[in-house]
Amino acid sequence: MTAIPVGPPRRLVELTIDGQTTRVPEGTTVLEACRSLGIDTPTLCYLENLTPVNVCRVCVVEVEGARVLAPACSRKAEAGMVIQTDSERVRLSRKLVLELLASSVDVSLAPASPGYLERYQADPDRFGDAATVAQPPKIDNDLYVRDYSRCILCYKCVEACGVDAQNTFAIAVAGRGFDAHISTEFDVPLTESACVYCGNCIGVCPTGALMFRSEHDMREHGTWDETQQTTVDTICPYCGVGCTLELHVQDNEIVNVTSPLDHSVTSGHLCIKGRFGWQFVQNRPSP
Amino acid sequence: MLWGSNARETHPIFFHHVLKGVRAGARLFVVDPRRTASAQWADVWLGLDVGADIALANAVAREILHAGLENRAFIERATTGLDAYAACVEPYTLERAERETGVPAAAIRELAHSFARADRAQICWTLGITEHHNAVDNVLALINLALLTGHVGRYGSGLNPLRGQNNVQGGGDMGAIPNKLPGFQDIEKDATARAKFDAAWGVAVPPTYGWHLSDMFAGMERGELTHLYVIGENPAQSEADAHRALALLGGLEQLVVQDIFLTKTAAMADVVLPATATWCEAEGTVTSSERRVQRVRKALEPPGQARDDILIICDLARRLGHDWGDVSAEQAWNELRSLSPMHAGMSYRRLEELGGIHWPCYDEQHPGEQFLHSRLWAEDPAARGTLAPFSVVEQEPPVDELTPEFPIRLTTGRRLDSFNTGVQTAGYRSPMRRGESLDLSPEDGERYGVADGEVVRARSRRGSVEVPIRFDESLRPGLAFMTLHFGDDVMTNLLTIDATDPKSGTAEFKATAIRIEKLPATVGA
Repeated sequence: MTAIPVGPPRRLVELTIDGQTTRVPEGTTVLEACRSLGIDTPTLCYLENLTPVNVCRVCVVEVEGARVLAPACSRKAEAGMVIQTDSERVRLSRKLVLELLASSVDVSLAPASPGYLERYQADPDRFGDAATVAQPPKIDNDLYVRDYSRCILCYKCVEACGVDAQNTFAIAVAGRGFDAHISTEFDVPLTESACVYCGNCIGVCPTGALMFRSEHDMREHGTWDETQQTTVDTICPYCGVGCTLELHVQDNEIVNVTSPLDHSVTSGHLCIKGRFGWQFVQNRPSP
Repeated sequence: MLWGSNARETHPIFFHHVLKGVRAGARLFVVDPRRTASAQWADVWLGLDVGADIALANAVAREILHAGLENRAFIERATTGLDAYAACVEPYTLERAERETGVPAAAIRELAHSFARADRAQICWTLGITEHHNAVDNVLALINLALLTGHVGRYGSGLNPLRGQNNVQGGGDMGAIPNKLPGFQDIEKDATARAKFDAAWGVAVPPTYGWHLSDMFAGMERGELTHLYVIGENPAQSEADAHRALALLGGLEQLVVQDIFLTKTAAMADVVLPATATWCEAEGTVTSSERRVQRVRKALEPPGQARDDILIICDLARRLGHDWGDVSAEQAWNELRSLSPMHAGMSYRRLEELGGIHWPCYDEQHPGEQFLHSRLWAEDPAARGTLAPFSVVEQEPPVDELTPEFPIRLTTGRRLDSFNTGVQTAGYRSPMRRGESLDLSPEDGERYGVADGEVVRARSRRGSVEVPIRFDESLRPGLAFMTLHFGDDVMTNLLTIDATDPKSGTAEFKATAIRIEKLPATVGA
């Protein structure tokens, strides 16, 4: 497992975050620098295996001398930077962003959401009868469900389907302003689109807008129970690439499959067989 | 260079890495009779005729030599046999290759120059190279190209057969091949290794090579092989020339099948031993295409009476008079480590900590080798070891000849959402699945007067099947494509030929001669 470095060594730059001085390699983002100091910075549209797109704005920080707040996920650390991650201005901005998102979108299944809302004392109800993106879920195939009432337009699915991983380009953001939404090409039904059902969009979705059909059906039937689930790492049974599968198991059934984001083979991405092709082990005859 | 590989569909996550390279400026050449989903990402697609691989490879070599682009320093230090090889490839001019392969001379020239001039270059291949009657020669032709250019034994270069199953590499590593003991220790040539196994197992290992699968079927035909024990394989559907395979399996005195399903083969068996799914109902290891040994783990309780393969084998041994006790996967693995030097350093603890280890890994301090054959670049001739030989290989056409009676070349392969005989992938509902079809170029559709979706009879010299036509613009006229995924509906292997490579035993699944027969119109159709 010896890695052979092919790039030149990187210089270190020194910066100050919340009064602590730290040195990080040139090219490191402010977010990574914060994390290296143990400063927990909220993120929604950021993921380690995707290119930052800076759309959700919950990770913003205050850079001394800068007119506007900067997204930590993509702003590179610079020598001499002085950064505040918990100033009044940062807290107000994060609170407002969370309130706007949570007032229009159902974020109840976003694992990070309750913690963030509480931490910034966000009150999504304060806008009264706000416009929402509420709509019925799209259930048009046996593998996954798209519930765009939960979509915060973080672009992660678009990136995973595009240049960051899958390079299939089946989806993009269509429309403007409040009408912006995730769409297939020409808004055709998914089953007629370029989608190859790798499920890499589900793997990166932070709000449950994209969900395994298995999970969706169990939630509908009230049987989904994460406290009863275990996760076991194994290797995909199909081709010889050796993708690590994280099997999420409840009541002796695989209920969904992920792959570790930091895995050197997959970077968290799988194909249709690895992501969905496991049903054959549990098509058991009824007792 | 992807040669005879449609990795975009068959190794999708490997292809993610290829795409990263392409986006970073790497050039991609795809050699494939079909303009596949992989070929659509290529800088150059070389759409050769099925089975013309050696003509193409030899022409590439000739062009490299004539342009003076060979790696002289590497050739002189690390290889033998260049002169004979150079003489062999000399007649393979670009013009001849264009004629014999169907690939334009300019494209062959561009491939030759680009490959030879690259700082780092890899040749990756799959069954498009190996499912031929001259499979080993095809592989040797590609090895020749790597030796000629020094694209081997260095980081980022090399020869890379993409393995089609999650443990086909591991199976060979563990000695599930006729000529090697675990760790590729030769049964006939390495008496010391054999003695080590004799001592460890307390029995004398027969000092002769066994039979590979094609040998076994020939043995059945001669009546020498009468009892067969099949573990996790479905030869009733996966063998070429299914008529013959089914007759021979049916003629056995006893057939024992150990599998997770009652496959078509298991349905023929005298005894069926229900087994667990190794990747999620049992513990163990598998070895990937990159020689990385990784752990598989038990996540589910197996159904019914299904049992761990190791325990079934231990029980069988007990009935045969050898009580090994109940062996755990880790115990079996540790015995392997004590006998196979290239696995010695791979304890379960280290496999866990490092997320898998690439063989060889000789001791518990060894990190595993990221790439092989670096010895060929050693300064010290002693460290360089045995020199790598060039091989003289000549173009030979596929066995199943194209004639006016059988004018269409049928080749086979996989689709993205399905796998082999479909035993596993039939279990989930892929929205992309359309079932079997005979894929044909629209030009051929017009030529033979068949419509998209029309059910026809496809006939080879061995058998025939009824199958719907599907027009596919990635196919050139004269070329048809089918899979082996839906054998219950369309038994593609009734058409294929069991002409096998004498060296590897692989059948020529990639080259069948067929014709299309229109079905009589039925009333109301």
